[in-house]
Amino acid sequence: MQLGAGETVMRVSIYGIGLLASGLEGWGASREILAGHKPYQHGVVPDPEAIILPPNERRRSSDGVRWAVQVAQEAINQSGLDPRDVPTVFASSGGEMGVFDQLCRVLASEDRRVSPTLFHQSVHNTAAGYWGIATSGQQSSTALSCYDDSFAAGWLEASALVCSEQRPVLLVAYDMVVPSPLDEARPIAEGFAVAIILGPPSDASMATVQTSLEEAAGDDSLCRSERKLEQLRQDNPAARSLSLLCAIAEAVPKTVKLAVLDSQHIMLTIESCRLSTEMN
Amino acid sequence: MPSNVQRMAPLALSAYTLVTANGRGVVPVLEALRTRRSGLTSCDFEDVALKTHIGRVAGLEDFVLDHELQPFDCRNNRLAWLGLQQDGFPVAVAEAKQRYGAHRIGVIMGTSTSGILETEHAYRERDPQTGRLPGWYTTRYRYTHNMFSLGHFVRTCLGLQGPAMVVSTACSSSAKVFATAARFMQTGLCDAVIVGGVDSLCHTTMYGFSALQLLSADPCRPCDEDRDGLSLGEAAGYALLESGDRRGGRETVALLGYGESTDGYHMSHPHPEGAGAVRAIHDSLARAGIRPEAVEYVNLHGTATKANDSVEDKAVFSVFGARPACSSTKGWTGHTLGAAGITEAIISALCLVHGFIPGTLNCRRVDPSLNSRILRENQVGSLSCIVSNIFGFGGNNCSLVLGKL
Repeated sequence: MQLGAGETVMRVSIYGIGLLASGLEGWGASREILAGHKPYQHGVVPDPEAIILPPNERRRSSDGVRWAVQVAQEAINQSGLDPRDVPTVFASSGGEMGVFDQLCRVLASEDRRVSPTLFHQSVHNTAAGYWGIATSGQQSSTALSCYDDSFAAGWLEASALVCSEQRPVLLVAYDMVVPSPLDEARPIAEGFAVAIILGPPSDASMATVQTSLEEAAGDDSLCRSERKLEQLRQDNPAARSLSLLCAIAEAVPKTVKLAVLDSQHIMLTIESCRLSTEMN
Repeated sequence: MPSNVQRMAPLALSAYTLVTANGRGVVPVLEALRTRRSGLTSCDFEDVALKTHIGRVAGLEDFVLDHELQPFDCRNNRLAWLGLQQDGFPVAVAEAKQRYGAHRIGVIMGTSTSGILETEHAYRERDPQTGRLPGWYTTRYRYTHNMFSLGHFVRTCLGLQGPAMVVSTACSSSAKVFATAARFMQTGLCDAVIVGGVDSLCHTTMYGFSALQLLSADPCRPCDEDRDGLSLGEAAGYALLESGDRRGGRETVALLGYGESTDGYHMSHPHPEGAGAVRAIHDSLARAGIRPEAVEYVNLHGTATKANDSVEDKAVFSVFGARPACSSTKGWTGHTLGAAGITEAIISALCLVHGFIPGTLNCRRVDPSLNSRILRENQVGSLSCIVSNIFGFGGNNCSLVLGKL
C-alpha cells in the first residue's frame, strides 16, 4: 500500500448508503433524484424513527443522534452486515450545537447546575456512542472534525481503516441545523446526514472507488442544473458528500474532486457501479 | 468476528513536548514526577464556585495570540501555542518539512471541548433585548470553539499542508490520534504526522463532572481505598511521528502498538467487566507483536473515580495478572480529558528514557479490592515496554504500547 509521494491510492468498495436531508429521505427514494432523472423538491424532514435506539435513549437523544443513527441503520441494512462487526467513523463539523446552546444558557445563568445527561450528550462522539449502545458494538469508533471538509476527512479516515485492516467500516457524516443565537456564528439552515459502508474491493458491491490525495486546492460543484441541491451542498459540511453520491447514483464511471483544506483535495474515481434493481 | 489486527511497523517519536500544571516542557514535568510534586491546587478558575482541585497551567491569562494568530485567541489555543514553543519542537518539525515536504506531513489533534470557553463567555454577553451573541465571538467561532480549531491552529503555526483533522472522542481523543496517524502513514497518505492533544479548563466540564458527582473536593487519589472522584486539569502535548526504519537510533522511543474499542454499554459508565478495555489492550499488544509478559509498566487511566479504577483493574489484571507495575499519574496533572492520551504517552516516553516508574501520587492505601500490582512509590530501573490506557465517555477506549526501537 505504501507508495511514493503523490501516488497514494486507496481502493474501497461501497456496500450500503443511508441518506437523510430535505427532499432526500433515504438512499432508495433519492437515487433517481441524485441521478438527475427526477426533479429535486425541497420538503420538511419528519423526525427520523431511528428504531434501533432503545426507547429511553431515543427520548433523550438530540436530533443529530437520531439523524445519524437513522442513516447508519439504512446503510447497515443494505450491506447485510452485523453492525457489531463494523468499526465506525463519525464526521461532523460542529457536533452537538443544539446541546452547546442549552448548556451555555445554563452556565450563563445564576444557577449553573447542568443536567448530567445534557453534559454527556455534549461530546463530539455522542452519536457514535448512542450507535454503539444501540448495537452493543465493541469495535473501534472515531469521531472527528475538519470544519467544512469533515466529510472528506472522514472518508480518508474510513478508507485508511479499510485498507490497513481489510474489513468493512461504517462512515457517518452529519451536521444539523444550528439553533439561534449560535447560528450567527455558524449558519447551517438545513440538516444533512449520510452513511456509507466502505469495505475491501469486491464485485459484489454497489460501486468501487479509487481515492488519491493530491496537492492544490479544489472542490467540484454539482454540474447539473439543480441549483437547490448545489445550494444544500455548499450550506452543510456533510452535504459536501453530494458530489460523490450523485456520481454513484448516475452509475457511470466518473471522477469527483473534494477539497481537503486549502492545500489538498481527494480525487474519487468511481471505477465500477453495479446499481442493480434490488438497490433501486 | 476474528480480529484483523496485524503487527505494525514501529513509529519513532522523533520529537515530543508537554505542558501540564507541572510546568512548561518535559524538564519540569520530569522533575515533578521525580520529586513527587503535584500540580493540583484548590480551584481558582474564573468564577467557578465548586469545591474541587484543578491542574491549571500557569500564565495562560498573561498573553494573547496576536497578529495573524489573533482570530485563534482563546484559552485552548493559547495553551496549544505554549506547548508548541517547548523542547525545540518547531525546529524538529521544520527539519521534517525539509525531509518530506509540507504536503507530506499530517496534523492529527485530539481535544474534547476545544475552545468552548469562548462560547460560554459569549452567552454571558448576549444582547438583553435581542439575545444575539457579541460580534467579537461570532466572527471567531470557526477559529476558537469549532472542533477543528485546534487542528487549524497547529497546522497554521507549523506551516504544514498535509491532511489534518481533530479526533474528538472525549477522554480517549489524543490517544486515538496515534492510531489514525499510524494508518495514514501505513497507507501512504503521509510520511510523518504531528500528533497531539490540547484541552483546557472550562465551565462545561467543571459543572458537568460536578453534575455527574465525579469531582473530588480534594486532590484526586487514584486507586486509593477512599478515592472519591477526579480532579480536572489542562495540558498540551505533541509528538512528531516518523517511520522507525527511516529515523531514530536504537534508543529512540517508539509507538509499537495501538488498540481501539468501544464498550457499547453506556455513555458515562464503563462496562462492568471492562470488556471493551480488555479488547483495546489485547489489540495493542497484538499490533506490537508482544506477549503480556513483555510489559513492565502499565500507565493506568486511573481517574480516581470509584468505577473507573475498579473496572480498569479488572481489565488490566485479566490481561497481565499481578506482574507489571501499575500506576496512575493523574495525581500530578489532574484528568486532562482530551489531552490525557498525549500527556500520558509522553510521560511514558520519559519513563522509558530516564528509567523510572512514577508511583501513584496521593494514593495513601491501595484499595484492597484491586488485584493489579499498584505502585505507590517511585521505582528506578531501566524499562523497555509500557502500556498506556485511556478510556472515555461513550465507552471509547484506546491503549498504546510504547517502547524503544
